[in-house]
Formats: sequence, structure tokens, C-alpha cells
Amino acid sequence: MCGTTARIHHSVLLTITLIQHSALNIHNSILMLHSEFLQFFITGITVGFTYALIAIGFSIIYNASDVVNFAQGEFVMMGALSTISLHSKGIPLPLAIIGGVAITALAGVFLEKLVVERAKGASVINTAIITIGASIFFRGLAMVIWGKGIYQMPHFSGETPLRILGATALPQHLWVIGGAITLMVFFWYFFNQTLLGKAMRACSYNKTAASLVGIRVNTILVSAYAISAALGAISGVLIAPISYMTYESGTMLGLKGFAAAILGGMGSASGAVLGGLCLGLLESFSAGFISSSYKDAVTFIIILLVLFFRPSGILGKKEAERV
Amino acid sequence: MFKRFLTLFLATCFAWFSTISAHAADTIKIGSFLALSGNASILGDPELKTLQMYIDEINAAGGVNGKKLELIYYDSAGKTKEANDFVKKLIKKDDVDIILGGTTSGETLAVIDVVEQEQVPFISFAGAIEIVEPVKKWVFKTPHSDKMAVAKIYEDMKKRGISKVALITGNSGFDKSGLKQLHALASQYGITIVADETYDNNDTDMTTQLTKIRGTDAQAIINFGLGKAPAIVAKNIKQLGIKLPLYESHGVATKEFLTLAGDAAEGIRLPAAALLVADKLPDSDPQKKVVTAYKTKYEAKYGPVSTFGGHAYDGLFIAVEAMKRAKGTDKAKVRDEIEKTKGFIGTAGIFNMSPTDHMGLDISAFKMLEIKNGNWEIVN
Repeated sequence: MCGTTARIHHSVLLTITLIQHSALNIHNSILMLHSEFLQFFITGITVGFTYALIAIGFSIIYNASDVVNFAQGEFVMMGALSTISLHSKGIPLPLAIIGGVAITALAGVFLEKLVVERAKGASVINTAIITIGASIFFRGLAMVIWGKGIYQMPHFSGETPLRILGATALPQHLWVIGGAITLMVFFWYFFNQTLLGKAMRACSYNKTAASLVGIRVNTILVSAYAISAALGAISGVLIAPISYMTYESGTMLGLKGFAAAILGGMGSASGAVLGGLCLGLLESFSAGFISSSYKDAVTFIIILLVLFFRPSGILGKKEAERV
Repeated sequence: MFKRFLTLFLATCFAWFSTISAHAADTIKIGSFLALSGNASILGDPELKTLQMYIDEINAAGGVNGKKLELIYYDSAGKTKEANDFVKKLIKKDDVDIILGGTTSGETLAVIDVVEQEQVPFISFAGAIEIVEPVKKWVFKTPHSDKMAVAKIYEDMKKRGISKVALITGNSGFDKSGLKQLHALASQYGITIVADETYDNNDTDMTTQLTKIRGTDAQAIINFGLGKAPAIVAKNIKQLGIKLPLYESHGVATKEFLTLAGDAAEGIRLPAAALLVADKLPDSDPQKKVVTAYKTKYEAKYGPVSTFGGHAYDGLFIAVEAMKRAKGTDKAKVRDEIEKTKGFIGTAGIFNMSPTDHMGLDISAFKMLEIKNGNWEIVN
């Protein structure tokens, strides 16, 4: 009698322990899944802002001339590499950054003055193809100047990882996010509040009408290329500590930025940021939950689907041709 | 009339003498095709410099079997079509005694048929295992292959009692070939692959893939890659606070990697050729003398040494030794002697060729290194 009770008591205890144990296991795995999810999310956001930063650069030239500048990625690379070169010559980092941005802006001016302006009257498509040629030229030039080596830039605020609820990010990621948001605000202010910005938009709508009301179209275009190149250079400088730079880094960064700009809506800064974030999150989640081998495929299929239903991007304005 | 006759006679004599003198100055013709321009030129350039430097040295010392060496080379730019054309030209027009070269695996594989058909001994400087597996009668190669790097890593893991690994590799040919070998050799070493992640070599962040790896029961991570991506992987691992041992491939056995990864590189292990750690080799190491001599000579003339020039050094001297043993340049005899190469100490390791092994290197060609205090140490 007593033995049976003890046995029952024992088996009840065992069951309780088992239940407790499995509950703990489930709890642990949920916790782990939770922290994995959070890291995928944080990675997606930080990478997304990197793409957003580059995407914003595309919008300036697009807003001034309807042309997609395929050399934008090369501006990113040139900005980073010339800053690194100046810094290695002993110039303090802030001054080196200003120098690097100025050099890249100059390259933008050259591109407009010596190439784009000479192809006056070329259609939008032809000008875009000219910029592809320019991107190959810039890449070749960078290979001659900087060689095939890999360059790195010091992190602005150290490399101690920041912990966010079990996930991690680097202080440099905050610089990238801050940079993208600042550029977005600048962009809005520039095109809506300044005369130059408004003149740029006027040029994009109708060059002839713009020149008739006294806007110097050429000057506007030169400044659009200069500003665009400078923005590209700034994003290059912000990204370089995380991603490293080589003479050919611009190609892939440019492509990702272009995809982000198209996805969000070309010509809109908030669209660029939204597009960048979508792209970054898509990449991270498809690598995390589906397969890292197919992350680019999954990402581009989704972009194509979005563009199928919204050809002008998520925030893009609907094209309306006035007759 | 007589004057005319004399002139003709003298001219004939002159022509006759000059053929004799040309015959007396008979040389051993070494044909080569290398990628001297294009993407692979960073490999082909040190290969040519090495060949030129040592052929000059051998000639200054009297040549081989009393004959001078003559180098005839073409720039294939690493392209298969060009390589194929130049090899035909080397054999049919230049009438070379041996062919050394072929910077890339692609161009080497493209000329194998011609070389086999024309029966000319050929030593390639390219890496792919397919060049000598299966064995081709006239084809040899000097570089170590990815398979040996993988074997070296697995061997070291076995010693440390690691049996579960996570892989993370990029999308270049080098990464993919390594990945194939990582899968192929795993069971042989009792290794289970618990994660197999990939990235694009241009990606700027691999924390997602590494977070997935963190969620597995892997005891170590292997990142088989090239360029900047492995440095990003190392930094991401540090950022995520993952404490697992990290193995890299011989692809990042460069000073550049040490600077790029900085303190994230501490504790990383990787296989590398003896040439890169010449000064760290113990005096008892049989390769020490050879690699130090090559390194000193090359660096005095051209700057930092690379393993690629070393492959040319090994190829040239295996050929020269074989010609000495064959006492001439008879193609079939030289081929047989190359195949009999035993105990030749080169920059890539100690070569022991055989009818079934036309590379002749074993896993000891690689040293296992660990990065400590921003420099590498040899692990025993």
C-alpha cells in the first residue's frame, strides 16, 4: 500500500519535472529564435541604411535631368579612397573627409563639363549610357591611382559593439543611419526651400522653359553633378570603415543603391530610404530564414514583383504626360 | 666573271659557316605562356620574373648539360583561346624542348589536349586538381591544391577534438572549389558539417549568416575565401561575440589580411605555404634554405615575394634537374625523368612524383599558422 503511493508520488514528480524541463526548452528556443530574429532585423536595418545612403545620391541628378547616373557608385568609391589617401598622408580625418568630398565633387563637375554637356541634345537613355562609360573610366582611373589593394578607414567612434536586446551593431552603423537621415532632411530642404533646388526641378520638367525664365541650365546641371558626387563621396566615407574599399567596390554598391532607389521611387529621398530599408531587410531575412545562397535571388524577385505592380516604385509619383 | 664567282663562293661559305656557328650555339628552348596582362597578371608577373631571373643565373653558370637555356614566352592574358594558339606556336614554330607555364587553371586545361597529342613535357603553374587528376602522360604541375589546404584544416581540427563545423564561403571560383573539397573530405576526417552558409564577395555584412551559425552546435567555423570578405567575417564574428575557433584558407595568408582584420584576426588559424613564413621556419626544416634563398633573391630585385613566383621556381628547377638526369633534351626521356622526381625541395614543399602522382606534394606542404599579436606563428 505504502509502496504504491510512493510509486505514484514518484511518477507524478517525474512527470512534473519532465513538463518543467520541456517548458524550459521551449522557452529557451523561443528566446534564441527571438534573439536571432532581432539580429536579422538589426543587420537588415543597418545594411538597409547603407543602401539608402547611396540611393539618395542617385536622386539629385535624376531630379535635375531625368538621367540615372550609373557612375554614382564610382563617386562612392572615389570619395572613400581619396579620403583614405589624404588621411594616410597625415591629414586629420575631418579635413581628409572634406578633401575627399571636394575631389569627388570635382570629378562630378568634370563628368558634366567634359562629357555630358558635350553630348548636348542626347536623349535621356543616351546620357545614361554615357554615364556607364564614365563609370568604367573612373574605375580604370582608380585602379591606376590606388592599385588593386583593399583599403580600410578607421571607425569614427571605435569598434566596441553596441548591444540592443541581445543583438549587436557597431557605433559606425549609427553614423550611417544618422548620415542617411541628415541627407534625407537636407534633400527635402534643398529641393523645396532653396532657389537652386527649385531651379533644378524646373530644369528636369522642361529645359527650354527653364532657360526662358532665366535659369542657366548648364550651371544648374554642373551643380547637380557636383552635389550628387559630393553626396556619393559622403556615403562612401561613412560606409568604408565597415565594408572596406577597393577600386571596384563602387560597382556593387552602386547597383544596390540603384535597386533601392528604383524600389522606393526614383527622385524621392524618403523613397530612397524606404527602398534601402526594404532591400536590406529582404536580404537579411531571406538569408536568415530561407537560404544565404538564394538571398540575392529572393530579393530581386520581390523587387521585380513590386515594380510589376508599381512601376514608379513604392513612393514614386505616377508618371503623367502633359499634352 | 671571276669576281662574281668569288663573291658567290664567299657568300656560300659565309652561309655555311653561319649555319655551323648557329648549330654550335644550340640552346635548350624553354617555351612558356603566362597571364602577363588581365586579371591574373598579378600571378603571371612574378612567374615571368622568376623564370627570367633564374634562367640568367643558370646561363651565367654555364647552362644545363653545356647548353644555354633560351626562354620563349607569350602573354596569354589568362585566356583559353590565346593559350591554345600560343602553345601550338611554341611546339610547331619555335620547336621548344619543354613547356613551363599556364598561369590559370582554365588556360592550362585548354592546352592539355595539344600537349598530349604533340608529346611535349609540360609543367603547369596552376592550381586546379583536375590538371593532374586523372593523370595525363605529359602534364605535371607544381602548386599545391585546395584539397590539401582543406585536409590540413581538418587534420588540425581532429587534433583539437573538433568534429562539428560550420562553413561560410563566398561566390568566387576559389571559394566554390574549396567548398567542394570541404564537403568531399569531411567524412574522411570524421567531421560533420552542421551549417553551410554563403555570401556574395561584395557583401558588406555577414552577421545574418553568422547569427544562424551561432544557433547551431558547431564547434568551429571555416571561412574559405579571398579578398576583403574574410576580414569582414572576422570582424562580424567579433561584433557578435562568437567565441568559436575560426579557420581561414591559404587565400588570406597575406600581410594585407592582418592589417584589414586588425585585432579581430587574433586566434584565427590558417594553412599557408612555407614561403610566406620563411623567417619563422625552424632551422631543422628542410625547406628553410630553399625558401629563404628564393625570397632573398627575388625581393632584392623585385620587391615582396608571392607564392606564384615560387611555383615557377619549382617548375623550372624540376625541369632542369630532369634534363640533367636525362643527359639531354629528348622529350620522352625528360618526361620520364620528371616523373621520377624524388625528394626535390621546392618552395611549395618536397616533391615526390610518381606515375600516379604528377604533382608530388603532400599535406606537409602546408604549415598551420595561428595569428598572435598581429603576426602569425607556426602551430605544431
